[in-house]
Amino acid sequence: MLEARSLNQLSGMPDEVVSSIITDPALRSCIQCGTCGGVCPFGYLMDYPPVRVIAALRADVFSKVFTSDTIWMCVACSMCSTSCPAQIPLTADLMSRLKEEMILQGSVPEELQTALENSQRYGNPLGEASRKRADWTRGAGVPVPIFGKDVTQADVLWFVGDYASYHPRALRASQALARLLRLLNVDFAILGNEESSDGDSQRLAGEHGLFELLAEKNGRVFKKYKFKQIITTDPHAFNALKNEYPLAGISYPVQHSTQFLYERIDQLKPFLRREVKARVVYHDPCYLGRANGIYEEPRALLKAIPGLTLVELPHHHKTSLCCGGGGGGMWLDGFQWEKSHTRLSEWCVQEALQLKAGVMAIACPYETPRFEDAIKIVSHTDGLAIKDVCELLLESVGTES
Amino acid sequence: MKILVPIQLVPDLVEELVIAQDGKRLDLDATRWIISEFDDHAIEQAILLKEKIGGEVTVIAPDFEGTEDVLYQALAKGADQVVKLSGDFQSELNTHALARLVVHYLQTKSERPDLILTGVQANSSLDGSLGPLLAAYLDLPFVDCVAQTEIEDQKITVRKEYPGGLTADWSVALPVVLGIQAANTPPRYVPISKMRLAMKTGSIATEEVGELDLSGAVDSTRMYTPEADQRAQMIDGDVDQVAEKLVALFKELGVL
Ligand code: SF4
Ligand code: SF4
Repeated sequence: MLEARSLNQLSGMPDEVVSSIITDPALRSCIQCGTCGGVCPFGYLMDYPPVRVIAALRADVFSKVFTSDTIWMCVACSMCSTSCPAQIPLTADLMSRLKEEMILQGSVPEELQTALENSQRYGNPLGEASRKRADWTRGAGVPVPIFGKDVTQADVLWFVGDYASYHPRALRASQALARLLRLLNVDFAILGNEESSDGDSQRLAGEHGLFELLAEKNGRVFKKYKFKQIITTDPHAFNALKNEYPLAGISYPVQHSTQFLYERIDQLKPFLRREVKARVVYHDPCYLGRANGIYEEPRALLKAIPGLTLVELPHHHKTSLCCGGGGGGMWLDGFQWEKSHTRLSEWCVQEALQLKAGVMAIACPYETPRFEDAIKIVSHTDGLAIKDVCELLLESVGTES
Repeated sequence: MKILVPIQLVPDLVEELVIAQDGKRLDLDATRWIISEFDDHAIEQAILLKEKIGGEVTVIAPDFEGTEDVLYQALAKGADQVVKLSGDFQSELNTHALARLVVHYLQTKSERPDLILTGVQANSSLDGSLGPLLAAYLDLPFVDCVAQTEIEDQKITVRKEYPGGLTADWSVALPVVLGIQAANTPPRYVPISKMRLAMKTGSIATEEVGELDLSGAVDSTRMYTPEADQRAQMIDGDVDQVAEKLVALFKELGVL
């Protein structure tokens, strides 16, 4: 249960966040078409999907919005923003500001609070020690240089990210990418324990101050070393580095790992010798696809693998279904399940099963654990495996290379 | 109503723990400190009481590395005053010495608190309960293992937890010392924006402490990491092989 502390604050003088919403000129162009609530995967459970928030604002009953905790069903998937005919930035602006106000009022689901506190203290939402951030490299099978320890400059700074560093399943994709980069003779290095969470999901969960703090920390570390560009496997880190950090003056060329590998596809192809005989669906991560328009590079990489058949999910490209991990969803599983008795990741897995896919390929470190967990819950999932694009590429290379 | 919350910092178990050269204690220089979980609840309970009936909350802590952050956080949550006991005792302080420091601090003040809330225990020492020591030194009543606290007309009702799932409600007259196991609601989140504001606008009072009296603590003779159990056995192989070996093993042991 949530404690709605000091709600009366709202009925009195509106604070900074509330007044920034009330006076937002972008919201005036809303035509109340209802598209946002309709396309929202959890819209049917929200007391106030974007359309109703704006209606409440216009009816001068805005404070009512904060009496419901269903705003925490928003997984920041960007479906509403990309579908809105008035092009209102609903996800990054309206929804995350509402969440920010909820946080300021003290109405934060406990699981989310833990993740935010962990991010403050340890620099990652998982609550792991920062000194363990590069532990995954030990299992990579190839050397992974660390800035400050092994080198002070490299062509490529690989921003590994939280889940790709710590999560025991997700880090296997990092290990696969390390091998691929070696194979391609890329001069790269990671930041090791100097890296902090990119903060993107914390921002989309409403903790804007925490995002700024983490961005500042990373920005200071970036400055210490020489590199030409940043790459990352994490679409949230990618989104933050590409679209949000520059607003704070932290600006570097950045590519998602699938873009980076795609640019080198001719160099990579001769190594893809082994057949990977599988019917594969590719799941577009919200912050790679919808939010940043990267759809074709991961697909092209998959198509380069001999033996692999790529089929499209019913929801793909712009309409891809969110895995449920964004916008704090990674840390709201219990809360959201209590309200919905389902998980978005289960819907995605069911779509893959309808197509009799053998592999669901992904390109986001949130997704491997989420979809593998979903497989444990959905029935008749025999034979469906979840694999990162990097893992599939490495499978085709073979481990002896 | 004046509420005092004396708190302790304990080693952060997420970080690495290093045993000191003498093999008797933690290497405290290699330790990262965090507020004791129960003290965090004590602060929360104090703020909840203040929000209900008004009053003044003072949080007091020994000056360890990290104390300032903890105190600013207390300010951001709604504490009125935060006090840092300053002295070079990071490597020496024990609960008994800390209790005497808090008592000494109170003796220098004209007003006594009506309520002293402190965490039920701290995981950093065998006798990490500050509450009973404070109550004894100050000659005040004491209730331990408090999991709920209500207040009505200067009368406090607390829910004390007993082993075996028993609870009892106690009425206590003020002043009193409470050992807090849990606040009525979990400690609140402090957004970074509020923390930054507290650091900009709030201030930490510093009290210099004199000579430390370290007597009364439990003496440790040896500290070591748990030694591996001889009977632990790792089973190798893929899932099927492991399952097969496990079944065979269970049969051998007579549990299947
Ligand atoms: S989709 Fe856009 S225009 Fe339509 S109701 Fe939602 S916010 Fe308004
Ligand atoms: S971002 Fe996604 S989950 Fe959030 S309101 Fe929009 S459509 Fe719904």
